[in-house]
Amino acid sequence: MSEPLLQIEGLRVRLASRSGAMLPAVDGVDLTVHAGEVLGVAGESGSGKTMTALATLGLLPHGARTEGSVTLAGRELLGLSEKQLRSVRGREVAMVAQDPRTALHPMLSIERQLTEHLRHHHGIGKRAARDEAADLLDQVRIPDPKAALGRYPHEFSGGMRQRIAIASALAARPSLLIADEPTTALDVTVQAGILRLLDRLRRERGLAVLIITHDLGVLSSIADRLVVMYAGRVVETGTTADVLGSARHPYTHGLLDALPEGGSAAMRPIPGSPPALGAVPTGCPFHPRCASAQDGCATEVPALLQIGPGRRSACPVDPYAPAPQEVLA
Amino acid sequence: MSILSASAVEVTYPGSGRPIRAVAGVDLAVEPGEVLGLVGESGCGKSSLARALVGLIAPSAGTVVFDGAPVEVLRRRARPTAQRKLQMVFQDPYSSLNARRRVGDQIADALRLSGGGGRRPVAGAIGALLERVGLDPAVQDRYPHEFSGGQRQRIAVARALAADPTVIVADEPISALDASAQAQVANLLVGLARADGVAVVFISHDLAIVRQVADRTAVMYLGTVVEVGPTATLWEHPQHPYTRALIDAVPTPDGSGRLPADLPGDVPDPAAPPPGCRFHPRCPLVTPDCATWEPVLRVQEPGHAAACILAPDRAGAFS
Repeated sequence: MSEPLLQIEGLRVRLASRSGAMLPAVDGVDLTVHAGEVLGVAGESGSGKTMTALATLGLLPHGARTEGSVTLAGRELLGLSEKQLRSVRGREVAMVAQDPRTALHPMLSIERQLTEHLRHHHGIGKRAARDEAADLLDQVRIPDPKAALGRYPHEFSGGMRQRIAIASALAARPSLLIADEPTTALDVTVQAGILRLLDRLRRERGLAVLIITHDLGVLSSIADRLVVMYAGRVVETGTTADVLGSARHPYTHGLLDALPEGGSAAMRPIPGSPPALGAVPTGCPFHPRCASAQDGCATEVPALLQIGPGRRSACPVDPYAPAPQEVLA
Repeated sequence: MSILSASAVEVTYPGSGRPIRAVAGVDLAVEPGEVLGLVGESGCGKSSLARALVGLIAPSAGTVVFDGAPVEVLRRRARPTAQRKLQMVFQDPYSSLNARRRVGDQIADALRLSGGGGRRPVAGAIGALLERVGLDPAVQDRYPHEFSGGQRQRIAVARALAADPTVIVADEPISALDASAQAQVANLLVGLARADGVAVVFISHDLAIVRQVADRTAVMYLGTVVEVGPTATLWEHPQHPYTRALIDAVPTPDGSGRLPADLPGDVPDPAAPPPGCRFHPRCPLVTPDCATWEPVLRVQEPGHAAACILAPDRAGAFS
């Protein structure tokens, strides 16, 4: 297999609390994304998925400390200067965040926001940039794209603004798109359109996508591989079909059980809540909420072990391991 | 008899040009102990309808009847006694709770207003409400910021329960929450319907959740109900092309890698709705008559109605 476009190794992020203590938000995360691949990161709020993305972009909150390595096309990003990072963010990596209200500049026309990248980073002329921007708006299905270029963010609905934000991220022609809950605030109909657009871009342009969401339905439809995070650590990883079809970690199971199935079976929520920053339990961080927890779980930090080709899980109890006859069948 | 019913309800907002009819004539009723799901895209009028149902805004036409009496529109004064058992839960538990007051005090206010706890509600009554929503009674001395989103939403439900409601209108109660917390809050609301006979109007843009929790589902498009029926029937045999499109757009978490189906276009401007069937410009099954003829809800089978020119001919064809 070719070299990954994005490679994160041993990433640790600590955030400064109000009292000045350094609290671990990301605690040793490894992941890779190849060109043309969609990697999904799942987990509840506070699992460290957004902090992993922000660390990749050098956009962590003030006072945060990072360790480990983040390479993009072989180039180390951690430790780059702000100026160097800005060039990476404009050209190679773009981000779409959840909130469409903050992604666009309220005082600049849509045209300016969509063509600036092209003209600044790619040296494209005004007319050509304008055509490309209108084409992008058309792809994210903004009606009358040419007229939309002359308008301002407040003239659009929340759903349309999010689509314009996605167009603006793609306008930089990035090789990697980091999308943090990009469709969570949108209607399912608009969400379906955006998932199809991302899928097309990765097939046609080889766009690599790191998509972060707690919505396993979204990940199921678009991601090739999944990384499930809990309390700053990766607890399970594998192909989407494997992780969702035969989840091995109790936390992944819990996330799936909490979903509506369409039958009459009640959704079974995971008891309790994810731990707060700085209050991560000892041993396996999931053990206080885990139905399969045993004595050792409270003391031993489980390693992320290989459980199959391209599959890892961080649970030594492994209550969902397939029975031997299933392996033979 | 229905505990809450809307007949020919319209909600109109003054626009810069033409007035905007956010709700354009809706008939809907909910029975005690029933969970009625209300789904549709943003801008379909479901939140405006919810607000009209609980008296937060005045319908510009039509009536809402709660427990046999018309719902009065709330002004600056407290909710009329007759309407205290009609309660609402909002989407954002961060802004619906007062950040500067202990949660126990906020529930005590609700108890006091409902006349259920005397002038100084006892800690036991507050604790009992917290227990009913699955929280430790001891948390009543804490402030909202000490809770997760899901816990906060449960506190908001506990506060609504202080009035011993017979109807709870919940507007997107789980969309701001994580999947596991979504299940907790959804299960809580369904439990209130099943165990205590509370009628719940559950408004959500998440169809998968509505499919799970609602006994009946109403689908709204651009201010009107286009289909209503028992949830299972509506999912398995949707009669309106819009219902079908919404269902097909829901991604399934089965690891299959199947992309959800696309419904092109946006909900049109409610100030200038398309002529004829409001859905016709986006409809994959549009006929020449759809642009001129406005369909009304017609019963397909008992309890299941759809507003589509094609619906009667297609009954069963969707199976």
